[in-house]
Amino acid sequence: METILEPLAAGILQSLEPLNLAMLVLGCTVGLFVGALPGLGSVNGVAILLPVTFLVPPTTAIIFLAAIYYGAMYGGAVSSITLGIPGASTAVATVFDGRPLAQKGKADLALVTAAVASFIGGTISVVLFTLFAPPLAAFALKFGPEEEFCLMLLAFATFIGLGGDDIPKTIFSICIGLVLATIGLDIISGKPRLIFFDIDGFYHGINFLVLAIGIYGIGEMLWTLEETKGSVQVHKVTGGFKSLLRNLKAVKDYFPITILGSLIGYFVGMLPAAGATPAALMSYGLAKTFSKDPDSFGKGNVSGVAAPESANNAASTGSMLPMITLGIPGSPTTAILLGGMIIWGLRPGPLLFAEHPDFVWGLIGSLYVANFATVIINLAFIPVFVRVLTIRFTILAPMIFLLCVVGGYAPTQTMHDVWLMLLFGVVGYFLRKLNYPVAPAVLAIVLGPLAEQSFRQSMLGSQGDAFIFLQRPLSATFLVVAVLLAAYPIVSGMLKKRAAQSA
Amino acid sequence: MLGRNDFGMKGTQDMTVRMAELLGAIALALLSIGIMVKSTDGLAIGWIPNKGPGSGVWPFWLSLLMLLSCLATIVNWVRGSTPESRSHEMFMTRESVHIVGISVLALLFLLVGIHTIGIYLSMLLFLVFYLKVLGGHSWTLTVILSLAAPTVLFFFFEGALIIPLPKGISEPLFEPLYDFIY
Repeated sequence: METILEPLAAGILQSLEPLNLAMLVLGCTVGLFVGALPGLGSVNGVAILLPVTFLVPPTTAIIFLAAIYYGAMYGGAVSSITLGIPGASTAVATVFDGRPLAQKGKADLALVTAAVASFIGGTISVVLFTLFAPPLAAFALKFGPEEEFCLMLLAFATFIGLGGDDIPKTIFSICIGLVLATIGLDIISGKPRLIFFDIDGFYHGINFLVLAIGIYGIGEMLWTLEETKGSVQVHKVTGGFKSLLRNLKAVKDYFPITILGSLIGYFVGMLPAAGATPAALMSYGLAKTFSKDPDSFGKGNVSGVAAPESANNAASTGSMLPMITLGIPGSPTTAILLGGMIIWGLRPGPLLFAEHPDFVWGLIGSLYVANFATVIINLAFIPVFVRVLTIRFTILAPMIFLLCVVGGYAPTQTMHDVWLMLLFGVVGYFLRKLNYPVAPAVLAIVLGPLAEQSFRQSMLGSQGDAFIFLQRPLSATFLVVAVLLAAYPIVSGMLKKRAAQSA
Repeated sequence: MLGRNDFGMKGTQDMTVRMAELLGAIALALLSIGIMVKSTDGLAIGWIPNKGPGSGVWPFWLSLLMLLSCLATIVNWVRGSTPESRSHEMFMTRESVHIVGISVLALLFLLVGIHTIGIYLSMLLFLVFYLKVLGGHSWTLTVILSLAAPTVLFFFFEGALIIPLPKGISEPLFEPLYDFIY
């Protein structure tokens, strides 16, 4: 215990340093707004604002981005409740009961419930994170390239198995991300690869930010421009201190379900690639199943707001655990954070604890502080948010477009990347319309170089023997789990058909 | 099969989701083949003795997998197993084409503008177009935002980050500002 408390205290103190604290509060506020705005979520905010962090040291940068991630989990509920439009995919489940509550005039109850549940979820998950991180990192030190490769396969398999999307399309998405990562000069042999049409710009490869900002910035805006036709109906929110106290008293009604939601959120978030969205949906489903009054769900049950909100906050912390300790992102947003860490020169994984302890503990410490900061800002600014949400999309969209263009230019300062970003955005928009999942591609382009390196190192070490992955116990385990995960939808589909036929 | 033309097209405007799904899969399959071919350009796609997998291994075999997944999507289309392959809804409504298409064109012009007249002037024109023409907002709002955005950006990027942004032929106009910030 002592080996955790000391660095943790140091980390918390570090996050209270002026610059870090300022960026933390700024990040929480930005995250709250980004999460609240329909059409933008944590992943978009983190992708678009990542270039801003080139200005500051890595510890400050990750504190800022993690605060955005956090804030967005709080903020998503605001739009879900007041507009009935999820502020982010992570807040979809909050609409189910949040919207009816607002329609009944109880929007303030829903908003306070969401904030408190988010806080509880955040706190529990941060404590779990602190406890799990060092031992997991120690375990991961035993990994060789074979384990790394199979672990990444496992991450991709999770997308295939649990992603819920069409399997061939998911496989395509993963593969194209991996292929895009190979463009440029091969690290091992130095040869140029996939220099399409001999355009010079391809020699420095495709920066993952170009894909991420293209898809989550430009693509997302195009998508939302198409969706938000017609008027958005904002429900009136009655505020005031008295109602705040009254709503806080309602905590005891939903406290147990919030604990459950937090645990579900944390463990689902830990799974590679899954993230806060499935965590929130799962938590809602389980809350409904275990409730004494399941029929009231969907009509304005506060537990229906508390459960997903605590889960999505817990999941955001949980998804940072594999990112920091194993180098495998736990969610699309952490995939972007991981990419950012690589840009800053930090290699995520077990060595990070040993080589850059202040970075890791600074991040962990900041999560505690961010949790407090965000819940206060959230509760204080609810009326402001509701006002802001009525910004017309024709004002927001061009702003975001410009941010994307600048953000796409800043990393490499070539217009080539900006054109690529636009291309990815438009193509990504069309593919999304056809139900191709885009998150696997972003994950793949971040993990691509690492995956290929591990693969080639493993093959080299075994002199071409592909069975090496099965001979080592750890990598074999990962591989088997990966295959099971990938096969799960096919198997469950077949079982369902059989049940339907015999019925 | 249904009575009408199963491509579901009554004209070039009416692309159905179904049609788009098929065209998309075919386009991506062609892309995969293109990548496969490009992967063999100067690179080995097999095992090099004592050296390990060739540089072309990863891109080639992965793009082959891409091709197979596109073929699987086409097979699914024929069998009608995915919702997209069964849907006869319009792929994009007239309004969508309008707003998305114009946004993309505006972005294209923005990027071309960055190459020629520089980012700050292009941003201004882009915002004026988007806010006033597409969005129909008031002149006050348009003018304020169109002037504020490039200004904020200039001081943030060139002043704080010291990352010069492309200015094209408008470069000389910025000389006095450079003296101010440096």
